[in-house]
Amino acid sequence: MLLGLGDFWVFLAYILCIVSMLFCVCYASLRWNTQEEDAITDDVSWLIEEAELEKTI
Amino acid sequence: MNINTAVIVSLIYFGITLYLGWLGYSKTKNAADYLVAGRKMHPFLMAMAYGSTFISTSAIVGFGGAAGMFGMGLLWLSFLNIIVGIYIAFAVFGKRTRTIGRILDAHTFPELMGKRFKSKTIQCICGLIIFLSMPLYSAAVMIGGARFLEQAFQMNYNAALFIFAFVVVFYVFFGGLKGIMYTDAFQGSIMLIGMAALLILTYNKLGGIIGAHELLTSMADKVPQKLIDIGHLGWTMMPKFGSEIWWVLVSTIVLGVGIGVLAQPQLVVRYMTVSSARELNRAIGIGGFFIFMMTTVAFIVGSLTNAYFYSTQGKTAIAMVFDQVAGKPNIDKIIPLYISSAMPHWFTYLFLLTLLAAGMSTLSGQFHAIGTSIGRDVFQQIFKKTGHDRHSVIITRIGILIAFIVTVILGYKLPGSIIAIATAIFFGLCAVCFLPMYIGALYSKTMTKVDAMASMFGGLLVWLFWILFVEMKKSSVLGVCQLVFEKPSLAVGSVVASIDPIVIALPVSLAIMLISIAFKKKPASC
Repeated sequence: MLLGLGDFWVFLAYILCIVSMLFCVCYASLRWNTQEEDAITDDVSWLIEEAELEKTI
Repeated sequence: MNINTAVIVSLIYFGITLYLGWLGYSKTKNAADYLVAGRKMHPFLMAMAYGSTFISTSAIVGFGGAAGMFGMGLLWLSFLNIIVGIYIAFAVFGKRTRTIGRILDAHTFPELMGKRFKSKTIQCICGLIIFLSMPLYSAAVMIGGARFLEQAFQMNYNAALFIFAFVVVFYVFFGGLKGIMYTDAFQGSIMLIGMAALLILTYNKLGGIIGAHELLTSMADKVPQKLIDIGHLGWTMMPKFGSEIWWVLVSTIVLGVGIGVLAQPQLVVRYMTVSSARELNRAIGIGGFFIFMMTTVAFIVGSLTNAYFYSTQGKTAIAMVFDQVAGKPNIDKIIPLYISSAMPHWFTYLFLLTLLAAGMSTLSGQFHAIGTSIGRDVFQQIFKKTGHDRHSVIITRIGILIAFIVTVILGYKLPGSIIAIATAIFFGLCAVCFLPMYIGALYSKTMTKVDAMASMFGGLLVWLFWILFVEMKKSSVLGVCQLVFEKPSLAVGSVVASIDPIVIALPVSLAIMLISIAFKKKPASC
């Protein structure tokens, strides 16, 4: 039995909970100082243009 | 539990909570402070506020009790809570929501949708859906908190309900979102300590991680016959594939709650409280750990209560909470009974605070969301009271008072055993009405208000049909199918009656949106 659990699917869920939590912690640590603001703003630049156009109108 | 000690501990807790609410009030200078906490919150505060709003008393007591019945298969929900509810929510949805919210100067979820699709009608409809459906969820959270106060202090239920709601509305009314986030972070910290202690003490009592699991696995033959008949195979195993209990676990609990979280208006607004995407990245680590400590611990401990009760009293947890009058187990009592029977004396006080914190942090977010939806998104749009900071705050405060009154009335009127159903209804409704539209608003350049409306109303109609006439758990409570067709569900006797509406209505809503975008008449090129 895996970790004393009776079923592979429950074992998988148990492990995935721990792995996903560790993934979130590692993701945050590795991107602690990463600046993504400009890339996201570029992605939605059409929205900025629209908003500015509306203000002008 | 010694009542005097419990009262003193709770008064200290209430005192700190009210002080933090006042701190929020003193730092609130304008509408942006009141509605989106000035858009400059620290990632720790943001993550803790998101997590503690997400996790209510019913998530710990209600779903922990459900794990006592269904077993550790519920850990799939915990996995989705972490990966979808935190990682995807923050990294995929949160960053764009924050950026677009800032560009459009949106302060609430309906306002974000309304401004993105250039439609005040969409803003009003979203606000109305939230205003009409969220009190059901907030009443469920409040009932859970009040029932707990009633038991802990042996006080009158009606008084408990009023005190619980009054303390929350007091700091939400004055402190706005800043007050809520300060108190949420404090409450979230208490919840973390409480749940960490619960996990360690439980595994320690039952012979360590593997020892405790093996003990529970060896009890598969103790599952009640009624549950075996509908597919239960043991508390450390998934139910039989395709069985009635498998559908309830996978569709209602795992998918319904696990995906429904993405479009919760009171959570979406949290993304708009930080100053950049970097803060959201930082919050992912804190949020992931927080949700792991809440849901994973609640589901593991909930399942293991069977091993504890069987080894000490010769009965499973379900048998321990069997209600002779109702003729069925009351699984909401499993966790409280386990705490009072198995945990050391000092822990009961810590757990009392943990549950108070869980309930209050969720309720505060709900009051704020209901208040902003009726105030800013409906009233202010209809009566054109726009542009003035003072107006916005006053109107939202009136909305919060309306939310308080409606929730308290519902809390008094709603029937018993409504907590889980009310929570599932709200999560499902948000997912079906808002999720496809929200995805489109963030990622599609070509999506228009017509596509958004078609998706919202299409999903809503299918969802309504399914809960009123097909899914027996809800249709039998709502009684419309019984009235029209003289049977509790049109699919009675089939596994279809166990399928949650989200499994049907969400794909329909998504498909309507995609079809509507794809088949739109393109403008003729010159």
